[in-house]
Amino acid sequence: MLNISGIHEGYVLDHIKAGMSLQIYHDLKIDELDHCTTAIIMNAKSNKMGYKDIIKVECPIDSLDLDILGFIDHNITVNIIKGDAIVEKRSLHLPKEVKNVIKCKNPRCITSIEQELDQIFVLTDPEEEVYRCKYCEEKYR
Amino acid sequence: MRHLMSPMDFTVEELDALMDRAEDIKNHPENYNHACEGKTLATCFYEPSTRTRLSFEAAMINLGGDVLGFASADSSSAAKGESVSDTIRVISSYADICAMRHPKEGAPLVASSRSKIPVINAGDGGHQHPTQTLTDLFTIRSLRGTLDGLTIGLCGDLKFGRTVHSLINALVRYNNIKFILISPPELRVPSYIREDVLCKNNIPFEEVKSLEDAMPSLDILYMTRVQRERFFNEEDYLRMKDFYILDKEKMELAKKDMMVLHPLPRVNEISVEVDDDPRAMYFTQAQYGVYIRMALILTLLEAAKEDKDA
Repeated sequence: MLNISGIHEGYVLDHIKAGMSLQIYHDLKIDELDHCTTAIIMNAKSNKMGYKDIIKVECPIDSLDLDILGFIDHNITVNIIKGDAIVEKRSLHLPKEVKNVIKCKNPRCITSIEQELDQIFVLTDPEEEVYRCKYCEEKYR
Repeated sequence: MRHLMSPMDFTVEELDALMDRAEDIKNHPENYNHACEGKTLATCFYEPSTRTRLSFEAAMINLGGDVLGFASADSSSAAKGESVSDTIRVISSYADICAMRHPKEGAPLVASSRSKIPVINAGDGGHQHPTQTLTDLFTIRSLRGTLDGLTIGLCGDLKFGRTVHSLINALVRYNNIKFILISPPELRVPSYIREDVLCKNNIPFEEVKSLEDAMPSLDILYMTRVQRERFFNEEDYLRMKDFYILDKEKMELAKKDMMVLHPLPRVNEISVEVDDDPRAMYFTQAQYGVYIRMALILTLLEAAKEDKDA
């Protein structure tokens, strides 16, 4: 059994779909945080999910953009740790807008030729979880 | 800063006010001859367009203003690689309002986010063409007296035609509208129009193939051109292009007060023999496009002045 010690202050992201943790590591830009010890646990056994991934990050609270996480998978459990204990379990919501996480695939979109533009997607249908490109309105999902 | 990117940027009440103003311009053009004296419209057209560009320029000239601009990307700094954001920053210091057409979807929105002057989307790829929709709405309202309680037939390329999609989006906000969507099966409206716009708003509609069968029930027939540039292979285009040809014979099936509209240019989907029919209103529609653009320029310039004074 793999043993990873607890963290003093930071986040434990639990119930990540197995195999998704590395993408989330990059999307949350955890690699850009200074001196933050991170543990990525892949394919941990889970009663609820069969297998799951977990990310533990030792970092100041509020250094992660949880909006992005809500967009990636709002079923992920976010535990906020302070003083070696869970002080909050934060629920995730679909963000109204996501910036520079996904790219518009429409070859006719202005973002296809003006690379410096932010890639912005807007939540247009919360019920169906539909995001559309802010510029050309191409559907993402 | 108020811009126009989509016909849905205006509420129904704002659209009514805009159309009231266009109606007044139509009836009393002499009152507006000097309304924009000292103001300049920049027409930034990154792809060729005869009608829309000239319509904007005519509108500004009729208002007593000046016009500057370019008519293709080749004759602009875009050919040197300048971004839309940089171009609009410069244009903002040359003109008071800008009409922009661009082949890339969302380009006018990018321009509006960097602009110090109002930007009007004059067509961005297959995405939006709001002033065409304003023209269509104004023509219908002006000639029929109302936008409520109409049965509207949309005929031809309903799949790729942006004017059709915008018009449906705009008309579903009015009361008791019914659509008859006339197209070959390959060119039916996209599912997001059918599901997200028509079904979601409980708008009655039929999808049919026969123009003849639909004719007797229509109050408005909106014809569209099958556009060669939308097809990946010539064979499909040739098969579709003459699918519907409106001629005298078909016009005999229509109501006496039915109206035929077309965003123009026409190729052969309306036979020239129909032009003399009093119900053929597509050239009048082009004229009305100037009035509504005049009203739009005035309204956006006033909004910009209010912003500045505030």
